[in-house]
Amino acid sequence: MFTDILTIWSDSPGLSLAIWLVISITLLYAGRPHAHQLLRSTGRAIYGSFRVASSSIRQLEQRVINRNRDVLLAAGREQAEKAIERDFNRVNAIVERDLSQYPGLHRKLAETLEKIENDYHECTGNAPLPPAWSELMDTIASLPGSGDPAVQNILDNIKDVVENSHEETLKAYQQDTNERHKILKAMQPEWRTLNGTMKKVEQTITGLEDRSRTIDRQMAEYESMRKAEDRAVNALTSSSLTQFFIASLVLVIAAFGGIINFHLIALPMSEMVGGASYIGAVRTSDIAALVIIMVEITMGLFLLEALQITRLFPVISSMDDRMRKRMAIAAFTILVIFASIEASLAYMRDLLALDREALTQSLAGTAVAEAQFRWIPSIGQLMLGFILPFALAFVGIPLESFIHSLRTVLGLVALAGLRALRLALRLVGGMASHLSRMLISLYDLFIMVPLSIERMVRYRRETAPQAIAEAAEQREPEQAPEQKEATPKARAARPARTKRPGKEPETYQTDDMPLTTGEV
Amino acid sequence: MTNVNLPGFLRSGLRRQVTAILTTFLVAAGLAGCGQPTNHSRAVFVLIDISSDYAGELDKAETLSNYLLANLNTGDSLAVAFIDNSSFTERNIIARATFDHRPSVTSQQKRVFNAEVTAFTEGFRVPSHHSDITGGVLLATDYLHGVDAGERYLFILSDLHEDLPPWLKRDMAVNLSEVQVVAMNVKRQRSDNNNPRAYQQRLANWQQQVEQSGGSWRLLNDMARLESAVALR
Repeated sequence: MFTDILTIWSDSPGLSLAIWLVISITLLYAGRPHAHQLLRSTGRAIYGSFRVASSSIRQLEQRVINRNRDVLLAAGREQAEKAIERDFNRVNAIVERDLSQYPGLHRKLAETLEKIENDYHECTGNAPLPPAWSELMDTIASLPGSGDPAVQNILDNIKDVVENSHEETLKAYQQDTNERHKILKAMQPEWRTLNGTMKKVEQTITGLEDRSRTIDRQMAEYESMRKAEDRAVNALTSSSLTQFFIASLVLVIAAFGGIINFHLIALPMSEMVGGASYIGAVRTSDIAALVIIMVEITMGLFLLEALQITRLFPVISSMDDRMRKRMAIAAFTILVIFASIEASLAYMRDLLALDREALTQSLAGTAVAEAQFRWIPSIGQLMLGFILPFALAFVGIPLESFIHSLRTVLGLVALAGLRALRLALRLVGGMASHLSRMLISLYDLFIMVPLSIERMVRYRRETAPQAIAEAAEQREPEQAPEQKEATPKARAARPARTKRPGKEPETYQTDDMPLTTGEV
Repeated sequence: MTNVNLPGFLRSGLRRQVTAILTTFLVAAGLAGCGQPTNHSRAVFVLIDISSDYAGELDKAETLSNYLLANLNTGDSLAVAFIDNSSFTERNIIARATFDHRPSVTSQQKRVFNAEVTAFTEGFRVPSHHSDITGGVLLATDYLHGVDAGERYLFILSDLHEDLPPWLKRDMAVNLSEVQVVAMNVKRQRSDNNNPRAYQQRLANWQQQVEQSGGSWRLLNDMARLESAVALR
């Protein structure tokens, strides 16, 4: 077909091809302005449309940025409010627990102090031993003996009386001192009590001080979030991404736990619901095992929700405390029942596996071996079946973090996608513009022969009047000065006259597709 | 038509209810559409030739039976029968069972089944003079089509040399549609050594007969390749 068309003019392919070439060049030359117009307008249209699309996406991107910022700040504010509320509750608990007893403590302190004061007064109330007794004793001892036995006897009696009195006084003094020592000894526990009470007060006050510092810090962060500062947004974004990755990791671990749990109960479930029935392409026993695991996870979620550890269901959070407590008990009971069922199923799985193994061995014709310590994996499976539901019940905590952080991550992913799309649109627009210019140049390259001829003809047309004018100037040197003066003007005006409007398309060859006002 | 003006909240509630009902209906319809009842159970029939030329291969039959017992699951059906002078009778069936949906009961059934097959092979003494293979195939098709199964298999352990007694009429069509026929351990006879073409011709005739009856044909002579060749799901 192609050969037939090629050789339509002549049997010689070369000649025929040359004729086709000439025809096509002629046709392309004739349609050059329209072809240029088409290529240029197409390129400009694609470029403009993509620019418009890009700017629309930029607006959308800005909206997504604002939305992300709002979401982050709202989540951060909520979190900060919760943290501050929790700290205030702790402060309240400290005040209620410790400072509510402060009047009693104060009374105790006052009583202790009063007692100590009384004891102190009691210690200092008795007069010490008068010093005159010793002088009197010395005076009596130094009296000279007169030799009279009666006098001597009297003096001895006086001396004895004085000595007795001195001894009694000394004894009374010593007794009094002992009593004071006893009182001071009894004051020792009171001092210790006082010291302990004061330490307790100090600890309470210090704890309150630490807590108040924490609250101050959180309030500063909260203030920063309220002002929507970039610092707070960046911190929240980073925290959210960290939460997302940690929660994802924990959820993956939980998923593996769920798979193990599934395999633990899938086989024995076929004893309960039948191993030959299918729902679609999946065994009913498998679906039943999955349902049990899902119900366990759901009960775990409800339990955590009722204990207010997670806040996924506002309905549960808004219940009164009594109702939530009942719900927590119900969820925990169901969880325990399911864990017990799973434990029994896991044990049954072990028995079934053992039976199957024995059957396989007997079918293979080998003797059934009695495995030692077979009870260890049996007990292990039993315990695993009981523990795994409780472990899976805690999946609510990472799930909540995952869901909350997912909003931020999805926002960031959407932002990245929009940016990539905008970049792609701009690139494609630019390439379309460049391609149209390239095609125009290629077009002209293909028809360069007629274009060169056209250029030559135009040049001759432009240069011929100038040559005639110059010749006329040489022939008429005697022309009037005013006419001579007018000649440069005419020269200057001539090129302007020779520029015909029809030659304007020359400009677009150098035109680098300027943007319109709208595009700019 | 009377235009009933409902309050705004009632209208929105009604709309929500209608949406919920429609959604439920659509989901249910979708589930019903997706869940086409697929039968996943399998039915297997094993024919063992006990004619004088093939009676020495009974240990292969036991191997095949054990393999099938190990691979079939709950809800599947299995039957083992022998081919003798007249095979289209109930007495030809050595053992048959449709396994219970409970794995523990299935294991027990498999033990009983295995015991019956073992008892037959151990108690076998006198081989038959003739071999009514077509009668056995008819017996198998009756069993296989009588069982509600998604996949049907017929294993034939024989030399495929049919030697009918003169009084038997077996020139009738056999319905082997949706049955996968696997000829196993097709033993070569002495005459086949002299004329191998006769052996090939015999196999080709059986293949043609099976395929014309709507079944699919496979040949498996090496019992060691049983697991890789007979890939029971």
